[in-house]
Amino acid sequence: MLETEHLSRIVSAKRLVDDITVPVQKGEVLAVVGPSGSGKSSFLRLLNRLDEPTSGTVYLEGTDYRQIPPQELRRRVGLVTQTPYLFPGTIADNLRFGPRQQGEDLSEKTITFLLDQVGLMGRADSHVVNLSGGEAQRVSLARAIANSPTVLLMDEPTSALDEKAKEEVETLILKIVRHNALTCVIVSHDLAQAARIASRVMIIKAGRLEKIGSVTEVIHVAGNLR
Amino acid sequence: MLQGIFANQLALGCAQAAATALLALLVMFVARQRQIHLERETVVALIRGIVQIIAVGSILVLLLRGPKWTSVLLLAAMMVAAAVTSAQRAKGIPGTFGVSLYAIAAGSGTVIALMTWAGVIDTAMTSLVPIGSMLISNAMNTNSLTLNRFRSEVESHLGLIETALALGAASKQTVAPYVQVSFQSSLIPAIDSLKSLGIVWIPGLMAGMLLSGADPVYAAIYNFVTISMMFSASGLTALISGLLIRSHAFSAAEQLTLRPQAASSQTGSRGGSK
Repeated sequence: MLETEHLSRIVSAKRLVDDITVPVQKGEVLAVVGPSGSGKSSFLRLLNRLDEPTSGTVYLEGTDYRQIPPQELRRRVGLVTQTPYLFPGTIADNLRFGPRQQGEDLSEKTITFLLDQVGLMGRADSHVVNLSGGEAQRVSLARAIANSPTVLLMDEPTSALDEKAKEEVETLILKIVRHNALTCVIVSHDLAQAARIASRVMIIKAGRLEKIGSVTEVIHVAGNLR
Repeated sequence: MLQGIFANQLALGCAQAAATALLALLVMFVARQRQIHLERETVVALIRGIVQIIAVGSILVLLLRGPKWTSVLLLAAMMVAAAVTSAQRAKGIPGTFGVSLYAIAAGSGTVIALMTWAGVIDTAMTSLVPIGSMLISNAMNTNSLTLNRFRSEVESHLGLIETALALGAASKQTVAPYVQVSFQSSLIPAIDSLKSLGIVWIPGLMAGMLLSGADPVYAAIYNFVTISMMFSASGLTALISGLLIRSHAFSAAEQLTLRPQAASSQTGSRGGSK
């Protein structure tokens, strides 16, 4: 489904991502964990080609992603960032943004469906400036789903939220990933969260893949991670 | 006071230049007290300014006696110099010299050519070169403001731009609002000049025309004409500059390459811009 092959990114002689080869199966949730500055986010940014690999590549459904036009690639590989950057306007405006890039206009019915999925039913016309952090992250999630991606990348999507909102968004992520049969790569610095959400966990240290395996085997031996 | 001291015109000019430079340095000294450091840039600009204007003045004396076509060469050289100066205002964006040259040459060049053809600018070198240089100078300032504002807008909205890219937006579309803001803000000086003409300021050109015995009303109208041409040249330059610079902020794979130094050391600057 999604496979990195000797993926590396070197900037100013620093190896942000160092020779990572990892396959992610369809419908799998892979958590990427590691200490701050270990290269988790840099790795994630390479997966939808927001950054260019220095060497290696990524295969999406068997195709080298450099053969896929960047706009098409990013529609198929959605991204939810740590900070939910919402465009000025209403929630509906934000949901329409992605499909509009492909010349499609989201129907009211689809908007209602998407908002229902993220627990914001009836809020389509709310202006984004009035949203709480948790609500904004829900909109960010719905906006990514509105593009009908097959892969969803999430960069610490709950780290900026309080405990209550964190739990809610976490539950929501699981629900959405399962409901939409998404392949998901989620970056987290929280091992407990990784254990709750992921089916597999990989540990990155200094840009290198340290360990990958099931939640049980990786979390069990990675107690000294933090 | 200086006029009473210096009888010789050249000596008076030097004294006047020294007095104004001293005033400029005093302003920079006050700014320095507020932790605003522009001393080096100001000193370099003052020295460059006086050397360049004297050199050009001397060359002009020779050129003004030459054939008319030399004015085209002179204006072209001014455009290149303007592009070099302006490009320095957008360090960090690749290809800014090319963008600046295209924008300034097309913006000011179009207005100069059209207005000369229409008879608004006289083809005599004594008219074409000074008016042309005013248009080029204003186009350069507008281009600098456009590039500078564009860079700061993009750097302030990295998150939104990359979010739009991640949602499948075309790179040029993600920065469209910031091109618009850059265009609008770069034209503020030109619009204000036009609005305040005659009330807040009387251009030197008008004073020169009056001194040389032109009809005051015609001198006034011609100053409006000049400022309008400056506005047109500036507007055209800003439009072209904004349109061209968009693609220079991205790589061929639609990745944002323009970012502050601190951020680029984290995520890395990406090569291979379009």
